[in-house]
Amino acid sequence: MSKMHVKLTVNGKEVEGLAEPRTLLIHFLREDLKITGPHIGCETSHCGACTVDIDGKSVKSCTTFVAQVNGADVTTVEGLTNDDGSLGVLQEMFREHHGLQCGFCTPGMITRAHRLLQENPNPTEEEIRFGMAGNLCRCTGYQNIVKAISASADMLNAQKEAAE
Amino acid sequence: MNDQTMTPEERAANLKGLGSSRKRVEDVRFTQGKGNYVDDIKLDGMLFGAFVRSPYAHARVVSVNKDAAMAVPGVVAVLTAEDLAPLGLHWMPTLAGDKQMVLADGKVLFQGQEVAYVVAENRYIAADAAELVEVDYEELPVLTDPFEALKSDVVLREDLAGQTEGAHGPRKHHNHIFTWEQGDKDATEAVLGEADVVAEEMVYYHRTHPCPLETCGCVASMDKVTGKLTLYGTFQAPHAIRTVVSLISGLAEHNIRVISPDIGGGFGNKVGAYAGYVCSVVASIVTGQPVKWVENRMENLMSTAFARDYWMQGKIAATKDGKITGLWCHTTADHGGFDACADPTKFPAGFMNICTGSYDIPTAYLAVDGVYTNKAPGGVAYRCSFRVTEAAYFIERMIEVLAIKLNMDAAELRRINFIRKDQFPYQSALGWEYDSGDYHTAWDKALKAVDYEGLRAEQAQRIEDFKAGKTRKLLGIGLTHFTEIVGAGPVKNCDILGLGMFDSCEIRIHPTGSAIARLGTISQGQGHATTFAQIIASEIGLPADDITLEEGDTDTAPYGLGTYGSRSTPVAGAATAMAARKIRAKAQMIAAYLLEVHDDDVEWDVDRFSVKGAPERFKTMKEIAFAAYNQAIPGLEPGLEAVSYYDPPNMTYPFGAYICVMEIDVDTGEWDVRQFYALDDCGTRINPMIIEGQVHGGVTEALAIAMGQEIAYDEMGNVKTGTLMDFFLPTAWETPNYTTDHTVTPSPHHPIGAKGVGESPNVGGVPAFSNAVHDAFRPFGLVQSHMPHDHWRIWKIANGLGMHG
Repeated sequence: MSKMHVKLTVNGKEVEGLAEPRTLLIHFLREDLKITGPHIGCETSHCGACTVDIDGKSVKSCTTFVAQVNGADVTTVEGLTNDDGSLGVLQEMFREHHGLQCGFCTPGMITRAHRLLQENPNPTEEEIRFGMAGNLCRCTGYQNIVKAISASADMLNAQKEAAE
Repeated sequence: MNDQTMTPEERAANLKGLGSSRKRVEDVRFTQGKGNYVDDIKLDGMLFGAFVRSPYAHARVVSVNKDAAMAVPGVVAVLTAEDLAPLGLHWMPTLAGDKQMVLADGKVLFQGQEVAYVVAENRYIAADAAELVEVDYEELPVLTDPFEALKSDVVLREDLAGQTEGAHGPRKHHNHIFTWEQGDKDATEAVLGEADVVAEEMVYYHRTHPCPLETCGCVASMDKVTGKLTLYGTFQAPHAIRTVVSLISGLAEHNIRVISPDIGGGFGNKVGAYAGYVCSVVASIVTGQPVKWVENRMENLMSTAFARDYWMQGKIAATKDGKITGLWCHTTADHGGFDACADPTKFPAGFMNICTGSYDIPTAYLAVDGVYTNKAPGGVAYRCSFRVTEAAYFIERMIEVLAIKLNMDAAELRRINFIRKDQFPYQSALGWEYDSGDYHTAWDKALKAVDYEGLRAEQAQRIEDFKAGKTRKLLGIGLTHFTEIVGAGPVKNCDILGLGMFDSCEIRIHPTGSAIARLGTISQGQGHATTFAQIIASEIGLPADDITLEEGDTDTAPYGLGTYGSRSTPVAGAATAMAARKIRAKAQMIAAYLLEVHDDDVEWDVDRFSVKGAPERFKTMKEIAFAAYNQAIPGLEPGLEAVSYYDPPNMTYPFGAYICVMEIDVDTGEWDVRQFYALDDCGTRINPMIIEGQVHGGVTEALAIAMGQEIAYDEMGNVKTGTLMDFFLPTAWETPNYTTDHTVTPSPHHPIGAKGVGESPNVGGVPAFSNAVHDAFRPFGLVQSHMPHDHWRIWKIANGLGMHG
């Protein structure tokens, strides 16, 4: 099948490559760019393990063609680590509050939570649960994920306040 | 602060040993997306495999035409049973003593069965070519009901025609697999005949699926130069997989290296050996290139590892004041097209004979009949020890049914029948020796924590209000007291394919006082790298942070039977403590030599040996470790390492008391869990944070199973729940918060008293949710209704009871 040229920004770096028109974004990320944080859990948009951030929106990359995001700005969980290599706030809070077990849903969870806290910096528990409902976890029962996101919100707000 | 000024308590705290809610070491990788799961493995020249699967549940395979598929550029091979037959690999042995087709050999027995395996340069080409393989089928009559199957003239397993003896004794019918009997039939029937009260009910535990977020997969890589096969895969038992691969492929076992990388949840799904593994190995041997196979979600739900599907007919006898005198159970077990259940060899129905539960039942009888149908094979222990969740659900429903018959409070009925603390070790009527327990203490604590009497008063008021037309919502109080049997197991009665179910740990102390430990188990999210280091830290006094854990590589780890059935802590955890104790024993001799005293004149003190009566004279483990590598000590070999293969003397018996409070809308069938209290007694608690996390997760899986999750078939054998659109996995939105609690009754035979906890919440959770639904409708006449209790089925209960006016 003939290939097309795609160019996008992933985790702050410009990347380009050749892809079939039908190539899914998740496969382009994982197999061409070797960005293996986003995972494949269902291939039907239900589980959210493949969640990435595209131009300020949470998107399930298992049902998105890479051709659709030509020119877009894509962030994966790898892009949420601090510049010095230390864990970002959400990553640290997921660890602190035992918000993960097998780790398979975690990259999608954290990437979605990152966008949720941009959309709503002070979410209630109910808003967190509703806002995370597109991401499935089979291990944690969500209670500690909710706690981790809530603690992240507090920490990010405190950091913002200190900076102002 | 240095060693001399710190108190023993401070030194112990620094170790982050037993009892510490130590943060997980795994998470630094996982939170950054730096896990290494099987689909992350990419090898040079790697090919992809994809299956052609049967759309029919029962059909003859008349012909398979590969031509169009082979013509697709990038397709390397298309394998069928004909290609595997010369190698003797078109069938494979199952864990249950049966055999299973790797690729359809003349017929198919379930929808989704593997028919052909396409190997191509990438996954897109493999999927394209799989579509082009032309298979000509001739449909056969379909049997999806095990009771029908036992009466039908239709022969499902023609390969077994005329065989009246199976792996587990006589076969009564061509679709019958085995009968397994435990306990005393005559005595139980006599008790039933003479009892004041007998309650009888059919309890169905429906077919479901573990559905870990990561599906099953592997990468097989045959190095034709060295003759060595490396097999990466989602294996819960990597060492057993190595032995199985060796036995069925003929490759020498030392030329096979099995590696389980990070595993994205297992829950029993990843115990078995699947056609994808065999085909990938063959394809790599044939092509000389690495071959990856990863099933998609639909393939996962349709073909690998269903769970449950037990029809349990029960009779429970009691005196008129509620003392249980006997229990009778006949189970019809739907095993699908092949008997591929993952159970220890001598237990074709797993540990279903734990079905007397937490109760002192003097006389009991259990019979299980295994049956072939046109459904997928599997029969794995989905987050439970072998069939323990079926057993717990059965007895906890029978108790409720008996309470209705006696018109008694179900909490009180449990209390008067519990095995008492002074009865342990307790010999059950169905053959187990319960190691320890204190059920009354746990039960009273649980009832008090939820204000049980207050809840019953509220429920009574609610019923009044409902009858008066003031509300359309009912309140259900779901009670459960469960006892598990985990940690298989003693080698004398537990093996899988002849491999004794011991487990292992090897510990090496490095000269500078850090360490590496390797185990025969493999974590799938349980946090072994965190918790097993804690066991070692407490045993040998080196900080957990200085101890690396490795599992899953058969070339480096000692042999073990893997992680399932809550066996890691009871078995490998015991091996870890025992290996550490061997190291401490040698360290004692080194310390005595360095301190110039007799071995018996030093004593252990958290992280050091000190001279008895002179605690200021001591050698820390760190100092001892260095001495082990730089001193010539008379009579001692250099170095400091040990290995332990632990064969447990008995299984462990974790227990718990769970209470669920549920609101149910009579008109819509919607449910809302208002409160869920989970008290677990898993003996010694290694890491409370991880225990709590396990409970949250296990109860959520129980919520799914009880309230909506099922593998459903239509009468043609079509899977109706093959995607996550139809197969219920709760989101954060439906999932309640849980309150966790505990009592501690250490196992008397485990080196550190631990019992295992990962599966308790699933075993106890399912009856707690289901009993809440039943309890809500009990005042209106409901006795028994089968799971899953989805909105439609709950609505049907209300409708059937005439509650819709």
